[in-house]
Amino acid sequence: MPTLEFRVNGRDHRVEVEIDSTLLEVLRDKLRITGPKAGCNTGDCGACSVLLDGILVRACITNALSVQGGEVITVEGLARSGKLHPLQKAFHEHYGSQCGFCTPGMLLAAKALLDQNPTPTVEEVKEAISGNLCRCTGYVKIIDSIMAASKEMSKREAG
Amino acid sequence: MQRTVVGQRKKRYDGLAHVTGETRFVDDVFIPGTLTVKVLRSQVVKGNIRRLDTSAAASLPGVEGIVTHKDVPNNAFGLVPDQPVLAETIRYRGQPIAAVAAHDERAALKAIDQIKVEVDEEEPVFDPQEAMKPGAPKVRPEGNCYMYGEHPCRKVVFGDVEAGFKEADHIIEGEFRTNPVEHAPMETQVSLAVPEGKGRLTIYTVSQSLLFHHGLLTGILKMDKDDLRIAGLAEKALHDWKDDVHVAFRSGTVGGSFGAKNDIHADHVTALLALKTGQPVKWRWTREEETLYSTHRGGWHIRIRDGVKRDGRIVARQVTSIRDAGAYSALNTYVVDKHCFMVSGPYSIPNVYVEGYCVYTNKTPSSSMRGFGVFPATFACEMQMNKIAAQLKIDPWELRLINAYREGDQTPTRRVLDSVYLIETLQACAEKAGVKLPDRLASMTSEKREGAA
Repeated sequence: MPTLEFRVNGRDHRVEVEIDSTLLEVLRDKLRITGPKAGCNTGDCGACSVLLDGILVRACITNALSVQGGEVITVEGLARSGKLHPLQKAFHEHYGSQCGFCTPGMLLAAKALLDQNPTPTVEEVKEAISGNLCRCTGYVKIIDSIMAASKEMSKREAG
Repeated sequence: MQRTVVGQRKKRYDGLAHVTGETRFVDDVFIPGTLTVKVLRSQVVKGNIRRLDTSAAASLPGVEGIVTHKDVPNNAFGLVPDQPVLAETIRYRGQPIAAVAAHDERAALKAIDQIKVEVDEEEPVFDPQEAMKPGAPKVRPEGNCYMYGEHPCRKVVFGDVEAGFKEADHIIEGEFRTNPVEHAPMETQVSLAVPEGKGRLTIYTVSQSLLFHHGLLTGILKMDKDDLRIAGLAEKALHDWKDDVHVAFRSGTVGGSFGAKNDIHADHVTALLALKTGQPVKWRWTREEETLYSTHRGGWHIRIRDGVKRDGRIVARQVTSIRDAGAYSALNTYVVDKHCFMVSGPYSIPNVYVEGYCVYTNKTPSSSMRGFGVFPATFACEMQMNKIAAQLKIDPWELRLINAYREGDQTPTRRVLDSVYLIETLQACAEKAGVKLPDRLASMTSEKREGAA
C-alpha cells in the first residue's frame, strides 16, 4: 500500500492508503478527523469541503495520494489556541448553523473567500458558497454570518 | 416583570459544538471491528421471489454475514404493520431483499453481486387513480385502498353539504395536483448497531422518533425492550423522559430530517446483522439510495367543490383527496387523517364533506414530511380561495377575512375554537405587505360572528 505524508491542521501524518482512497476517507476513517462529512460522496453537496494549501477542495472527490506533501485545514483547525475563528463565532451568534451537518464545509468555503477577499459583497458571498448545500437555514443566516465575520475581521485589522 | 425567555434571543445550546466540528453524528461514531453493510435491492417492480441463493456470496472473503427475509423474527413493521424488513414479495423497485455485512465496502459490494435472485414478475400499477379502479392490479392482497374501519377512505362529515350547495349562489370547483418531494437531508440514513453481549444491543440511530422506533425495533427483533438501547437525540433533551421508558439514551444528533427519519430505514437491518455476526455493524446510505429509496412526501390529487354565496361566504365544501402512498402504509394513514382535518382551511364553513383516500401503488413508500399532509391541503385550499375571489370579483383579502375562523367557531372535527386571532393576523400581514385594507375590513375583529350560537 502506498504511503501518504501530509499535514492536517498543523500536525504531520503518515498513513498507508489504497491508490483509490479519497482524502475524505483518509481524514475520517484513518485519522478520525470527522469534521468533514460524507453528504453525497459525488462532489455535489460540499459537506466534505476542506482547504488544501489554502484552496477550497471537496475531500470526497480528491484522491488521497494527490495530497502528498500538502497541507490540509479542516474545521477542527480553525480555532487557534482555544480561540474561535471570527467565522465560527459569527455562525454561532447569527444562527448560521442549524442541524450542523453542512457547517464544517460551509465554514471552510467562507474562510477560502475571506482569505482572498476580506470584504466581499453579498453577491460574492453567495457565489463563494454556491457549492455548499444547506437544507435547514435557507442560506440567509449563513450569508448574515459571513458578512458579520467579514465586518469583525476588518475592524480588527483597522484597530 | 423581567422576562427570561419570551422576547429573548437564545443561542443554540449545541451551536458551539457545530461550529467547532465537535458535534458527533452517527457516522462519526467509530467502534473497532465495525463491519460495513450493503443491501441488495430489487430491480423488479413487482413479483414473488422464486429463488434466493446467498451461498456463493456468503463464502466470499471478507463476508461475515448475510440476512434475508428468513432471518427476520417478525418481518412486518410500521404504524400499520404491513412492511417487511427484507422482502419475499416485491412491491416496488429498490425494495431491500438481502443485506451483507463485510469487512469493507468492496467485499460487501462483491457479495451483493453474487446473490442469486429470481422473481416471478407481476403487472404493477403506478397511478393511484388507476389503482382505485375495479380490476386494477393489486398492490396488496387486501386491496389498494387503506380501510378506515369499513370505509376505503377517511371521512370528515360536518353539517349537510348537499343542503349547503342548494343554499349557494355559485358552485366553484378546483382540481389540484402536487408532485412527490424528497426531503434531502444533508446527512443520509445512517445506523450503527453494536452487540453488547447476552443478546443485548445498542443502536446509534438518526431516528427523529426514538421511542416509536424503539417499540417497532423490539417488535421486529422479538426482543425484550430492556435489551435494546437506542442512542440518538442529545441526552439533555430526553433527560426528563428517562425514568419512564426504561431505555437509556446517549448523545448523538440528527443531520437534518424534515420527516425523512420518522420511518425506520436502516436500524432494523444493522440490528439483524449485528445479532447474526456478533460484531458492530454500520450502514450509511448513499445519496442515490437516499434520493430513490427513502420515504418522501407522496403526491396528491385534490378535488374541491365549494358552494359560495354572492357575498363570498362559503357555505359548503366537498373535498376528495387521493394520496399516493406507494407500496406500504408507513405514516400515510396519519398523513391522510391530518390532511382531511385541515383541508377546509382556517375558514368557518358550516357544511363540509371530506373523503381522503390512502392508495397503494407499486412505488417507493411515501410518508411524513413537514406537516403530514397539511402542506398540500393548504396549497389546494388557498389556490381555491384565489379562484373563488377571481370568479366572484371579490378582493382575495376580503374573501379570507369574511370566511376566517372567529372566536367560538367550530371546526369540521367538532373542536370549538378559543383564542382566535386570524383576522388580526391577516390585518397585520396586509400592513406588512403594504396593502391598505378598506375601513370595513380594517375594523373587523375575531369576536363572535353575529348570529352565532
